[in-house]
Amino acid sequence: MIEIESVHKSFGKLEVLKGINLTVNKGEVVSIIGGSGSGKSTLLTCINGLEPINSGKIKIDGTEVHAKSTDLNKLRQKIGIVFQQWNAFPHLTVLENVMLAPRKVLGMAKSDAEAIAVKNLTHVGLAEKLSVYPNRMSGGQQQRMAIARALAMSPKYMLFDEVTSALDPMLVGEVLDTLKMLAEEGMTMICVTHEMAFARDVSDRVAFFHQGVMAEIGTPEQLFGAPQNPETQKFLASIR
Amino acid sequence: MFKYSFQWNQALKALPQMLDGALVTMQIALLSMAIGLVVAIILTLFRLSGSRLLRGFAVAWVEIARNTPALFQIYMAHFGLGSFGIHLSPFTSLLAGIAFNNAGYLAENFRGALKAIPDTQARAGRSLGMTSLQAFRLIVVPQMLRIAFLPITNQMVWAILMTSLGVTVGMNTDLAGVTQALNARTFRTFEFFALAAVIYYLIAKVVTLAARLIASRLFRY
Repeated sequence: MIEIESVHKSFGKLEVLKGINLTVNKGEVVSIIGGSGSGKSTLLTCINGLEPINSGKIKIDGTEVHAKSTDLNKLRQKIGIVFQQWNAFPHLTVLENVMLAPRKVLGMAKSDAEAIAVKNLTHVGLAEKLSVYPNRMSGGQQQRMAIARALAMSPKYMLFDEVTSALDPMLVGEVLDTLKMLAEEGMTMICVTHEMAFARDVSDRVAFFHQGVMAEIGTPEQLFGAPQNPETQKFLASIR
Repeated sequence: MFKYSFQWNQALKALPQMLDGALVTMQIALLSMAIGLVVAIILTLFRLSGSRLLRGFAVAWVEIARNTPALFQIYMAHFGLGSFGIHLSPFTSLLAGIAFNNAGYLAENFRGALKAIPDTQARAGRSLGMTSLQAFRLIVVPQMLRIAFLPITNQMVWAILMTSLGVTVGMNTDLAGVTQALNARTFRTFEFFALAAVIYYLIAKVVTLAARLIASRLFRY
């Protein structure tokens, strides 16, 4: 369970998160939508401790992320994150990209790490690309590799930060299909996204962020069908 | 109009001697690169460190090494230190001068290479549970080496050519020193220096080609 309690976060004078409360239960898929600069992506990097917070609490299975005593490296093994820019490691083949963390972080034997990498790459449809270097693949393929790389650590939670925003429109579908597949398998996920159709079809709940505040949250039917907050209404009207 | 009659025989007869000198040249160049690389890594770490003193030291080194003539750096190692009673042999002072120069240039290359790698790379590693040291070692350094490889090769060639400055501090066993000695004895300046130039050229060429071969093996992406 991910528990976010009145989290405040500032970059210098700019307050980007103004008291966020959100609880994500096991097996739940929560999508976060909202305009640029609304704080959605920042929240994700706070959840896995890549960014410090100014006040509030984030707990993963009861462990407080920003407590001094927390071993972040250990905690991050539970939480996979995939970024808008997929950040493939260019000097490693697709297989090596996925094997690296299981080997070096979990200390797995090479053969075990390889088996896990092959399994996850096959899962995202990249079984044919094992020995290819990332720069020989399309953005969509690299993004699916990044997903497999995160999955290879057997995380309990997955965070997706606008994973299709940097892709050619024709490549968006393959990545969204991968996310859908994970959701159907019961992965607990928080997806920051601009893909409204995806948010509607896949999420259990959808949250709308506006200027650092979670303006509204509800089931897709509620949020897209009958938005209560005027800002949500304005946002949804603007993208239709 | 042009009365000079070439006498290549004398120069060619001295070829074995000059090739021995070339070996010394290679030795100094390789040693100076080895030292330069190690020091450059240390300087790069200093520059990344939180200590102003260490950062200042590294910056000063790089500034001096890159903005003063290599000849002066070698002179300083020999005659400059000599003024303080530290007497280095021509070999050692030449080596020290070039290593100083190499370290400065290589540290700057490393810094540039580090800058060229987006922060998001290390961040991606951290998000997979790596420590910052692991992310640096496994993700940043390998990419940095590729970017820095060509400049390192250039510096190696430059180091080989810089060794010829050793004649100014009395170095007489390297290729330039041997050539200068033969020239003084025979006054066949053109022949000897032309031959030496060809040897320098060939060494530099071999180094460049070898580096290209190594790069194609090492960096397949």
